[in-house]
Amino acid sequence: METDASKHDDVLVEMKGIWMEGRSDEDWHPIINGVDLKLRQGEVLGLIGESGAGKSTLGLAAMGFCRDGVRISKGSVHFDGIDLLSASSEDKRKLLGKRIAYVAQSAAASFNPAHRLIDQHTEAPIQHGIMTKAESEADGMELYRKLRLPNPDEIGFRYPHQVSGGQLQRAMTAMAMACRPDLIIFDEPTTALDVTTQIEVLASIRQIVEEFNTAAIYITHDLAVVAQMADTIKVLLKGDEVEEAETREMLSNPTQAYTKSLWAVREFQRPAKPAVLTGATPVISVQNVTAAYGKIDVLHDISFDIHQGRTVAVVGESGSGKSTAARCITGLLPPRIGQVELDGASLPLDYRKRDRSQLQKIQMIYQMADTALNPRQTVGDIIGRPVEFYTGLTGKARRKRVEELMDQIELPADQFIDRLPSEMSGGQKQRVGIARSLAAEPNFIVCDEVTSALDQLVAEGILRLLADLQDKLNLSYMFITHDLATVKSIADEVVVMKDGCVVEQGPKAEMFTPPHHAYTDLLLSSVPEMDPDWLTNLLQERGVDNIGDAAVGKMT
Amino acid sequence: MGEAAANLILHEKKPTGILDSVLKIIAQRLALGLLTLFIVSIVIFAAVNLLPGDFAQAILGQGATPEAVEAIRTDLGLDQHPVKRYMQWLGGALQGDLGSSFAQANFASFVGEDSGVRTSVAQQIAPRFANTMFLAGVTAAIAVPFAVTLGILAALYRNSIFDRATNILTLSSISSPEFFLAYVLILFLAVLNPWLPSLSNIYDGMAFSDRLEKTLLPALTLTLVVTAHMMRMTRAAIINLLASPYIEMARLKGINPMRVIVKHALPNALAPIINVVALNLAYLITGVVVVEVVFVYPGIGQLFVDSVKIRDIPVVQACCLIFAAAYILLNLTADILSIVSNPRLRHPK
Repeated sequence: METDASKHDDVLVEMKGIWMEGRSDEDWHPIINGVDLKLRQGEVLGLIGESGAGKSTLGLAAMGFCRDGVRISKGSVHFDGIDLLSASSEDKRKLLGKRIAYVAQSAAASFNPAHRLIDQHTEAPIQHGIMTKAESEADGMELYRKLRLPNPDEIGFRYPHQVSGGQLQRAMTAMAMACRPDLIIFDEPTTALDVTTQIEVLASIRQIVEEFNTAAIYITHDLAVVAQMADTIKVLLKGDEVEEAETREMLSNPTQAYTKSLWAVREFQRPAKPAVLTGATPVISVQNVTAAYGKIDVLHDISFDIHQGRTVAVVGESGSGKSTAARCITGLLPPRIGQVELDGASLPLDYRKRDRSQLQKIQMIYQMADTALNPRQTVGDIIGRPVEFYTGLTGKARRKRVEELMDQIELPADQFIDRLPSEMSGGQKQRVGIARSLAAEPNFIVCDEVTSALDQLVAEGILRLLADLQDKLNLSYMFITHDLATVKSIADEVVVMKDGCVVEQGPKAEMFTPPHHAYTDLLLSSVPEMDPDWLTNLLQERGVDNIGDAAVGKMT
Repeated sequence: MGEAAANLILHEKKPTGILDSVLKIIAQRLALGLLTLFIVSIVIFAAVNLLPGDFAQAILGQGATPEAVEAIRTDLGLDQHPVKRYMQWLGGALQGDLGSSFAQANFASFVGEDSGVRTSVAQQIAPRFANTMFLAGVTAAIAVPFAVTLGILAALYRNSIFDRATNILTLSSISSPEFFLAYVLILFLAVLNPWLPSLSNIYDGMAFSDRLEKTLLPALTLTLVVTAHMMRMTRAAIINLLASPYIEMARLKGINPMRVIVKHALPNALAPIINVVALNLAYLITGVVVVEVVFVYPGIGQLFVDSVKIRDIPVVQACCLIFAAAYILLNLTADILSIVSNPRLRHPK
């Protein structure tokens, strides 16, 4: 059997008819249903699909590795002619790290907090007997330099918590390269990063994979990212292969309906609304707000207005103060200086000093519906509680109102009203979160990254729902997001934040047409596009030192 | 947001530095510890006074005449109001004078040598306490490495026969009464195979090796008592971490399982292990009466029980304060070691 695979000497990985199962409670349920995969030396395969499609599971199986509670029930995995499924764990260990390496989604979680980066880097080469510690350290610094990490000779001697997320992700790519493997599995390596950081990591990964002619399996849910990285793309849906094709072919000419629907997601666009009348009173007006955690100011003199029936998107990277601004509006974090007006009247800064009608008018929807809903309450109770609290309805009237609200969020009340959060999907939970905020009959809703934990198709559904509700109920939204595609589809006005300051604000149409503020320009240019030449062109246009965080550094 | 807050905390700590913040914690805990000791002394004093009978009745027995009882009470000041006695004792204790034992004082007056120079409680307790610390030290030196190693091996071979056997054995040893374990060990290590002495009658001026030999059997008994707790916590703390991404990463780098556990899991599991070790060491200092009795080991536990029996309040008070101090100091040490074992705090940004 093995000789069969080794005959085609350029085939590195061959997976045939892989069936995988995962255990929940006592039952084994299918995760991967008969997928084939073939990867040649130096080739990059993109594996895409929504969460739960089995991408990571399949990627790990290519290393002959299963997480606890997962098993390969049928099929074969050959790596360079070696049957990984029948190999002893001793033999597999000799391959892992040395010839097959792994780059995980969260570098912050995947580096051991107790050891310095360089010690983790040199571990595999030393343990596999490839290099001495000194050789491997020198090589590590060389790789850090290639990956354009700052202070490459020094950064390795830091602990993981002393290094930023994007730098950690590059250090992890360097670690995967430590033994010059033939194959690297990249498991969503940029999903947790900001766009400007992502672009640097993408450029680094692509460069180093090309330089050492390493084969790679690149797992992601982001089509635009995979378009930059992969030679071929394989689409997975709930453990089934949908189709596989060469990247350009796949982008220009998808054959399957599911693939087409993935491509179509980004086309949702709301019609532009007429300009706000001059002199109209904004629903929410943030005026010269400066706020601090402890003694350190994190917001510096920010001001913006949100008008009735409009969506203001607040964009910026993590740590830019978007959520803090929302906390100032809701009164969770009273500003140090400045004030917040509701319908032209000044609001008490602390939510504890606001009266019920003021509280009622400002509601929130959270990023993680999982943690924002009480896991022990049914949908009926979760929505019913604010109904009772704000409108005073009880008994049958309350239930009727809950049913109306569930109708608005397009969840049939008869099916869902008695369910617990654990019995619903992510998108359904987010809808319940929306209904809960609507229950108060607010004028203004803060949507804090409400779609970033959701798959694209589901997120699209949520965005459409929010848009419909806005039209029906004349709601105003403050839409906090780091995803500019979302901004394009839903916003009327945009506020760009950086380091606690507003760098630019205005109507969406203006914001998306040049000239931009330098930072807005960088944000916009960092969003990957479906064009497979996008990254190449951008690098040519700007040069490696003028993208991502390096460019941000030059600005300040 | 959370990230920002975490950064802030780190930034706030930056100017003071890790050493300063640790010193601050130590100072705070010591102050709280003193307060705890004060409360403990009140509780103990009250509790001992609530016991039926007092030293005079206990020492004179059933044939006591009221006059004799009264004489001893007057002699020792037991006829005074409890609050006054407590204040007197506290005043003395604050000046480093823990008072003198009733039993010693009374014996001295019987033989007519009450010259006012009595053996103080401190002098009486000191050698006993040293013995107890020696026993605790020998036990810790055996038990801690043994339990942690067992825990690591049990985590490595989790759910195997070895793991189960270790669990069953340690759990049975912690569930058995201490005297039973002691007699079993005496049977096998002193009677059937006369390797170790069954009596631990150590005294001043003994050579260290003799002392060690005599202490070994009680130390082994106590090892059996404390191992289970530490071993199971080590195992649980390590297994708890095995699902973390960095452990998966280490496995995917082809690192062998033993190294994954010792090098990657153990350093991150130290905090809970240290806490359980401290708790068990405190037990070794304060709770080994039964083992001391079985082996006739002259430790502080026996002295304590004897003093309670005859209502010898000054000695009981002093012992309780020592026990409480041991708990407080060991827990403080454990907290500081846990903090220091966290690289985020050792190496601030």
